[in-house]
Amino acid sequence: MKLSFSAEDEHFRQEVASWLQDNLTGEFARLKYRGGPGDEHMFPEERKVWEQKLAEGGWTCVGWPTEYGGRGCSIEQQVIFFEEYARAGAPGRVGHIGEGLAGPTIIAFGSEEQKRKYLPGIVAGTQLWCQGYSEPSAGSDLANVKTKARFDEAQGKWLINGQKVWTSLAHESDFCFVIARTDPDSVAHHGLGFFLIDMHQPGIEVRPIEQITGTSEFNEVFFDDAQCDASDIVGKPGEGWKVGMGLLGFERGVSTLGQQMQFQNELDEVVRQARSNGAAQDPVIRQRIARAHAELKIMRYNSMRMLSGQSGSDGALHKEALIYKLFWATWHRSLGELAMDVLGPECEILEGGPYALSRLQSMYLFVRADTIYGGTNQIQRNIIAERGLGMPREPKGAAK
Amino acid sequence: MEFAFTEEQEMIRETAAAFLAEVSGSAAVRRAMALEQGYEPALWDRICGEMYWQAMHVPEAYGGLGLGYVEVVAMMEQMGRYLLCSPFFSTVCLAANALRVAGSEEQQAMWLGQLCEGKLTATLAFNGGSPRWDAQAITATWRRDGERYVLNGEYRYVIDGHTAQLLIVAARAEGSSGAEGISLFLLPAATAGVTRQWLPTMDQARKQASVQLHDVSLVAEALMGEPGQAGKALATVIDLAAIALAAEQVGGCQQLLDMTVAYTSERVQFNRTIASYQAVKHKAADMMLKTEVARSAIYYAACVAQEALEGGPLAGELGEAASVAKSYCSDAYFAIAGDALQLFGGVGFTWEYDVHLYLKRAKSSEHLLGNGAYHRERLARALLD
Repeated sequence: MKLSFSAEDEHFRQEVASWLQDNLTGEFARLKYRGGPGDEHMFPEERKVWEQKLAEGGWTCVGWPTEYGGRGCSIEQQVIFFEEYARAGAPGRVGHIGEGLAGPTIIAFGSEEQKRKYLPGIVAGTQLWCQGYSEPSAGSDLANVKTKARFDEAQGKWLINGQKVWTSLAHESDFCFVIARTDPDSVAHHGLGFFLIDMHQPGIEVRPIEQITGTSEFNEVFFDDAQCDASDIVGKPGEGWKVGMGLLGFERGVSTLGQQMQFQNELDEVVRQARSNGAAQDPVIRQRIARAHAELKIMRYNSMRMLSGQSGSDGALHKEALIYKLFWATWHRSLGELAMDVLGPECEILEGGPYALSRLQSMYLFVRADTIYGGTNQIQRNIIAERGLGMPREPKGAAK
Repeated sequence: MEFAFTEEQEMIRETAAAFLAEVSGSAAVRRAMALEQGYEPALWDRICGEMYWQAMHVPEAYGGLGLGYVEVVAMMEQMGRYLLCSPFFSTVCLAANALRVAGSEEQQAMWLGQLCEGKLTATLAFNGGSPRWDAQAITATWRRDGERYVLNGEYRYVIDGHTAQLLIVAARAEGSSGAEGISLFLLPAATAGVTRQWLPTMDQARKQASVQLHDVSLVAEALMGEPGQAGKALATVIDLAAIALAAEQVGGCQQLLDMTVAYTSERVQFNRTIASYQAVKHKAADMMLKTEVARSAIYYAACVAQEALEGGPLAGELGEAASVAKSYCSDAYFAIAGDALQLFGGVGFTWEYDVHLYLKRAKSSEHLLGNGAYHRERLARALLD
């Protein structure tokens, strides 16, 4: 076991840190610590400009191969980049869905034409993406997609009809990758297609969802004969599930260390509040803060295990990766509760009317989403029990 | 960065697991724990003679294998799985660490040499009966008597204290408090003025004793380090031992999880295995989460411990890593043991099934060297005060 980074990697760390220090200034200074989960509605235009600033410095898509415009960074360097990015308080990335999900999928499964057409815009930070998976009746049961894709021979285009929901950043996005049913008689994960769809067209309507925070970053997206070029299906009709789930394999925890740095920033704020208002003297609060601190430390070690472990030959996640979502989501939710309990009765008082939440208040409310999206805690426990422990699978209800 | 076992470490772990599966099954554990001594000497001789586990992380210069603390931790994890009854923890994780951290060249050469030859079991005694596990727990005292030292006082919760041939004892200067005035002494158990009693415990697989010192007179060479200056060294030794103990706890977590999955996959009620019920699956999933998180904590702590012993940039993190690991693993082990017993149902309540052995070990190891709350308060002091 070896825990330290090489001298070359530490040099890279300096490079990242000093670039951020030099550039996260002036018009961008007010973006610090803004735009993360629960705060995505803040400064969208300014953050789009920031995305392009990053691109100019070569700091978008750092883990992509250089042939696709990436920086070709090693796993260690990606970890360092995400850590330093979060440490500097640099703003939430409006381009993260394109960089982390759409791009890697296109690189892995897309045609040469799709790569030429879409990858440069992601790297340049000029084209933003959203993800069209969940539907009103396809939540935990993600394969129960009802949105339909029909190929119109006359126009030579796919026509998409249906509704997606919980689509982050749809109102800011230029493109959406959508899973839709290409075979109307199919059920579950069969007969699906994976489409790259232009959001700027009359057949698409985006309606923001007002959330528990009073703000909106999730949306409903309605497709009414929305068009998609014949060349913009990734893989073949019927391969949509394979392509869509292939994304999950790209997430082996590299960005999790950056996420944890953001958690650390939040915990630091909780500690500051506790020290200033006297809650730090309360033995119960002390225990809870220490527990949060210890578990966040271990979360980092767990991610280091994930990064060091090679996935099995079948692509199966190692055990430390299987439990990760359940662990961090539950931890983060507890941090929200702890933050409010540290503030005491003062936790109720807003920064202003009608509903201006402080950073900790916003965090406390938004973390309720963490144990729901991306596989609820209950679904996670099923996955852990079935894949991690080999326990029997849940019985399926009869198809309607 | 490579946060995984090397091939060699994997091999050591697998060899240990295979050996322990053979020699430390349920029947063997129950035989050994029924002995007042707490272990079968023939098995310990075999471990020392064939496996050299006692010599694992002792430098080659003193007759050891010269391996690292990561290997010790990997070994403790396996011993925890199989509830091995042996003086390994007391001899290696307490006494050998104390010698390495606080002993002079001569003291290490003399005592570690015997220890590596398998001729010596040893332990560390410092706690006078406190729920704290630092220098404040020390009530025994030392004073000078010409060239010699005279020790008085009592220790409780001394692991294998009634059988160890060498006691390393911590005592404070008369009238001192806190971490001031602490000295460590090498005290052969047969020395005049030493009395020891076995303390019967709920967890029978690890033996505890009380030790009384009545005007015990020691030669100057028995002192480790400078007089009254061992507070810091003792803290290091306790942290190193806490990390090893946390690893043992992780082994217990894994074993309980495996036993529970196997049992619930066979037990049929309402014409289904109970493992097919979500109420059971979800509890098992939580057990696996705690086990894996605990494992991540000890692997990191093992690397830190390694650098604390051999030098390295992480050495300064020892106290924090120990408290992070011991607090999480202690709570995880007891929670998992409780869940396992619940999922075993009625048979989990019987003496015949092994679940109670682990439940009892979970509680005893939770309080040994500081429970979760104690270690969290230690973290809180560093963070908040």
